[in-house]
Amino acid sequence: MNCRSEVLEVSVEGRQVDEAMLAVLHTILLQRSTGKFHYKKEGTYSIGTVGTQDVDCDFIDFTFVRVSSDELDRVIRKAVAEFKDALGNSGSDGMGQISLEFYQKKKSRWPFSDECIPWEVWSIKVNVVNLANEQERQICREKVGEKLGEKVINIVEVINRHDYLPKMPTQSEVDNVFDTSLKDVQPYLYKITYQITDSLGTSVSTTMRRLIKDTLAL
Amino acid sequence: MDSDLSPQDKKDLDKFIKFFALKTVQIIVQARLGEKISTCSSSSPTGSDWFNLAIKDIPEVTHEAKKALAGQLPGIGRSMCVEISLKTSEGDSMELETWCLEMNEKCDKDIKVSYTVYNRLSLLLKSLLAITRVTPAYKLSRKQGHDYVILYRIYFGEVQLTGLGEGFQTVRVGIVGTPIGTITLSCAYRTNLALMSSRQFERTGPIMGIIIDHFVERPFTNMAHMHPCSYRAPGEDEGGTYAGIEDSQEVCNTSFSTSPPSQLYSSRLSYQTHALGTVDLCHHTACTAAAHPHQMVVPGKEGGVPQVPAQPTHGTAAEHSRIPSCPTGQSPQPAPPTSCSSEVKTVSPSDALESNFTRKVGAFVNKPTTQVTTTSLDLPFAAFAPRACDLQENDPMVHPPPSPAPSSPLQSSLHSNSSSHSGGQPQDDFVMVDFKPAFSKDDLLPMDLGTFYREFQNPPQLASLSIDVSAQSMAEDLDSLPEKLAIYEKNIDEFDAFVDTLQ
Repeated sequence: MNCRSEVLEVSVEGRQVDEAMLAVLHTILLQRSTGKFHYKKEGTYSIGTVGTQDVDCDFIDFTFVRVSSDELDRVIRKAVAEFKDALGNSGSDGMGQISLEFYQKKKSRWPFSDECIPWEVWSIKVNVVNLANEQERQICREKVGEKLGEKVINIVEVINRHDYLPKMPTQSEVDNVFDTSLKDVQPYLYKITYQITDSLGTSVSTTMRRLIKDTLAL
Repeated sequence: MDSDLSPQDKKDLDKFIKFFALKTVQIIVQARLGEKISTCSSSSPTGSDWFNLAIKDIPEVTHEAKKALAGQLPGIGRSMCVEISLKTSEGDSMELETWCLEMNEKCDKDIKVSYTVYNRLSLLLKSLLAITRVTPAYKLSRKQGHDYVILYRIYFGEVQLTGLGEGFQTVRVGIVGTPIGTITLSCAYRTNLALMSSRQFERTGPIMGIIIDHFVERPFTNMAHMHPCSYRAPGEDEGGTYAGIEDSQEVCNTSFSTSPPSQLYSSRLSYQTHALGTVDLCHHTACTAAAHPHQMVVPGKEGGVPQVPAQPTHGTAAEHSRIPSCPTGQSPQPAPPTSCSSEVKTVSPSDALESNFTRKVGAFVNKPTTQVTTTSLDLPFAAFAPRACDLQENDPMVHPPPSPAPSSPLQSSLHSNSSSHSGGQPQDDFVMVDFKPAFSKDDLLPMDLGTFYREFQNPPQLASLSIDVSAQSMAEDLDSLPEKLAIYEKNIDEFDAFVDTLQ
């Protein structure tokens, strides 16, 4: 099975990073979450209800919709905050990438651990710019708002292609497909990772990989 | 074609399409109400939430949608459209976008109605939620209020996009294949926001069905605890529950069965009727709202002058003068599309929005440098049109009377010299004005805060920070060092004393 991979790029000012990332991640998760499954006997299940909430951005002229789940919001905010800190501490010229990966778990026999097989990966490349004065910031607010609008349209377009989605699982398999840890909604299993690009344009992880490969090649 | 579909599946599919259409309309209209929408997730299915999404049903909107559908379903050649338009307080209107729910002939015979189609329709509704916040009309609708309102109209049949002007853009929200055709949902939105003021509106029926308007004072700030869709209509008896919507009480208790990889999913749909659990919402109907689009007067917000009710003469008069005849007087530049000004340059939506709604200036303070002849115009309230600069001393807004009441500026302006000279060049599209806050006295200080800010926004570099490289070279620097050191050594006691004071 091929993993679907989509890349989005945004250029934002430092204080807009949080909101821009939240907007994109929540937009994706809104469409990759269902209500909680309730399995009944005879192998049937019913699905809970997903509520939605509008969120206005403070530093961007933009409003996005997220799933009404404070737990999920907390998890995403924490990940975005870590990414922003890493971006700030990296000392590079403010370039990084945050990835939202949807995966399925495949149980393996002992002694091998479960495999995580990604089926959709969204990578958001971020470029942080510095602005000189208030006028530029105002223009940036509007421009970034428009750009995020375009990203939302891109996301919706990809999702509505109805490409591969994991099959609906039986009760015993539901944790291999969905994240059932939240009490009000059930997104597909996902993980958020990030990497910071150093000023040479290569990411730290690729440099490490190259080093290891080179070492092994000797 | 239909013979391949079991009767139960056909019935289910029709039900899905019908409720999908109703929910689509609800989402679109609610997104244009001007408020943030918030609904709660619920882990236990209540049975009344179609497509497993918490979307409230505004009864009036459901009623309108059903009226438009008239018992039919969207199908091939029969599209359901929701048209969103803007109407200013002067009576000018402009179509902003049209959302189309269409079906084409491409069928997907193998798809499972009760499971896959249902879930894909649910996904499409979520996508619609996201897209409705992204089109330009969303920002306009969030700022609606005294100067304009956003209206919607639902119609069924052929899609009409001519009212969107040239260069309209289309965004496709998504598609869902079904055994009887492919459902597509898209939005065509206007990009050219110039109001056509010369249009005399002669349409057969009331084009604006229902006005979405709260008649509440809106500070245009983020309102985090928005009550989702709670309104008060002046005629409570006109709102309330409508007869004939008994089938919206049908609920969908969808349960799905899982079976290992053979993928035989069967669903059981049970329909129960029960009391409507939705919020009881009342709305203005077309007749009340259309007759009095703007009633709210907010003294102080617009210089304390009531809005001019929409009259047909304004349309014609405005065509000549390009000056709003409503008392908000001079429009801030560049001319916003949504204020009382009738002719608007094509500006990008975000530009226009910002300029219009972040500044509520005192109506009679501004003394614009450009004037338009108003004497030849048959303008009601011609006195409110911009006046000559030499009237500044007499203008009560600049030198406020001791006890300013909302009506006094109005009276004094009516009595003052209302003939204005047509100085400067007549601007067809907008009027350049100086931004001066109400009641500002400019005799004490030569400039006000706004001018000060603009002038000092980009200050020049400090002289000491700009080193003129050509004047000095490294060698000269080094040469001057010994002299500097000698001076510092001479004054060493002073430096020591200074350091001591710091400790």
